[in-house]
Amino acid sequence: MSGEPVLDIRGLSVDYGLGDAAVHAVRDVSLTLHRGEVLGLAGESGSGKSTLAYGMLRLLPPPGVVRSGQVFYHPGDDEPVELMSLSAKRLRRFRWAEVAIVFQGAMNSLNPVHTVATQLTDVIAAHEPRTTPAARRARAVELLTLVGINADRLGSFPHQLSGGMRQRVMIAMALALEPRVVVMDEPTTALDVVMQRQILAKLVELRERIGFSVLFITHDLSLLVEFSDRIAIMYGGRIVEDAPAGQLYRDSLHPYSDGLLHSFPALRGPRRELTGIPGSPPDLRAMPSGCAFHPRCPKAFDPCAERTPTLLAPDGREDQNRTVACWLHTADRAMT
Amino acid sequence: MVAPTEPAASGTTDVVLEAVGLTKHFPVRRRAAELLSRRRRAVRAVDDVDLVLRRGRVTAMVGESGSGKSTVARLLSQLVHQTAGRITLHDEVVDARRGRRFRAHCRRVQLVFQDPFASLNPIHTVRYHLTRALRIHHRDGDLTQGLHDLLTRVSLTPPEQFLAKYPHELSGGQRQRVAIARALAAGPEVLLADEPVSMLDVSIRLGVLNLLRDLRDRLHLAILYITHDIASARYFADEVLVMYAGQVVEGGDGEAVTQRAAHPYTRLLIASAPDPDRIAGEQTEDAAQAGGEPPSLIDPPAGCRFHPRCPHAMARCSTEAPPSFAVGDNGSGHWAACWLYAGAGS
Repeated sequence: MSGEPVLDIRGLSVDYGLGDAAVHAVRDVSLTLHRGEVLGLAGESGSGKSTLAYGMLRLLPPPGVVRSGQVFYHPGDDEPVELMSLSAKRLRRFRWAEVAIVFQGAMNSLNPVHTVATQLTDVIAAHEPRTTPAARRARAVELLTLVGINADRLGSFPHQLSGGMRQRVMIAMALALEPRVVVMDEPTTALDVVMQRQILAKLVELRERIGFSVLFITHDLSLLVEFSDRIAIMYGGRIVEDAPAGQLYRDSLHPYSDGLLHSFPALRGPRRELTGIPGSPPDLRAMPSGCAFHPRCPKAFDPCAERTPTLLAPDGREDQNRTVACWLHTADRAMT
Repeated sequence: MVAPTEPAASGTTDVVLEAVGLTKHFPVRRRAAELLSRRRRAVRAVDDVDLVLRRGRVTAMVGESGSGKSTVARLLSQLVHQTAGRITLHDEVVDARRGRRFRAHCRRVQLVFQDPFASLNPIHTVRYHLTRALRIHHRDGDLTQGLHDLLTRVSLTPPEQFLAKYPHELSGGQRQRVAIARALAAGPEVLLADEPVSMLDVSIRLGVLNLLRDLRDRLHLAILYITHDIASARYFADEVLVMYAGQVVEGGDGEAVTQRAAHPYTRLLIASAPDPDRIAGEQTEDAAQAGGEPPSLIDPPAGCRFHPRCPHAMARCSTEAPPSFAVGDNGSGHWAACWLYAGAGS
């Protein structure tokens, strides 16, 4: 990891609807994806993780509205590009060529009436119209081989492939234009554990070979701890903790991260009694005041219900390259 | 097939529901070319499954999607009828296709479905759902008290607050609790829970699992817990059965199966489960070697159904289906259907 930022989200807020009826799905989120990094974004359903990903790429259909914030894309040598102010034409060129996305229902995102070959070459034809059909087909073969599918599957329709193969076709399609960033929105949720591991292992291998960055969105924290470099945890539309994966696993600071980490039973080691997190996720239409987690938090104290904590480096660990939004850890500075 | 060794504790807990040689083949529509032939193709969803559910114990059934684990639940609840095999409830053979006998079976064996968003009717309140279940199965009895007890039992308190609510006003975890309460309304002895937590958020899954465990202890229910998550099976179940391609390939005490897995498929499942303690990119031997996908159940591989994917496959595996062999200490009840253990236990 060289540490240069590729994608820099600053103060992004996304609403559904307008005016008083608006639901604030993402609130003032700042997040940086570095070169060659796998950044995991974890949270429960309704925490805003998918909305954040779609919002930053301007993919949100109405009534989704990006209310404020900026997203900078650093193409390496050139000046950074601000996505929110990009013209429609440039945005069209930018999407997929620089940032590609593997959608949540990837099994259903393939067009059932076209073959895999048509769908793969279509992507290349749309962005690189000067290529010859033969070259596109050769590239499609190359892509399928890359994700471990035999080239004779090119003529197959999606229904002739298994779920895992369809998912790998989606990944091949995302890599077609050699993007620098791949956003994966719950890419393996619909798959079995065995297939999930095969696909993630493939992804890790491809990342090392090709060198793209991944924003990996999932609700399965145990998976992220194993596969990602950094993890950001979302709750109620905000990022509550952002830390290197190992540090988060060994020494989580936010009570919510801690709760999540103690919510899945371990396969090895001693059998322990687990409790999960009491209560249920907040309703975005009626968010609790102050820290959104305080009604479920076992460590809540006075300031939690009144003031919203900001994402800051925790007290006494300013050198650790991590941030947390919790009064327990950022009390001194945020109070002033 | 050699009968699996009974667990040592079998004398202390009584058998409620038992299935022997349970088989279900779903017919496949014939193609034009096959119309005149005598050959009938079928999806062999469940093949020769033996299963015992005991009072006050949780049996987990673990497997990938398509391994036939949900079909087993449907067979046990008599929603579909078996092709072959025998189901007995307290030593009485169950044959309840419809009518009064089916309702009597339902009263004792209840099913909880995977998706609480789909299994509750969106236009009816919690009161309606529970009242219906109570009225069908117990015509007499105090309704208000019954509703109150049910909701308290699944920790939806205070009950008055929840009775008037519609499913959309409840969170996923609360909805699944209502679905469990509805199953309890019949006063069952057996609860078949088909992936009861896989649609729920991680943070509330444990709450529902702990509730089911609490019901096991207080009501002495026999619970079949169907899941694809072997870690939760270890956490929650007393006994674990592993299913692959319609057959049970390994079974035994939860700790034994998950900590000292014998069958190569179980080892693959365990190696594939996310493990935060493992370093990124590092692969265990089993996960790296066994690629591929589950076979088609219309035309399953001969012999052991796992042999095309198995890193330890021998010549014998592709011709003869392995019976179950005892593994581990004698009398521990741990067995595996794999030729690797042919010499060990017999």
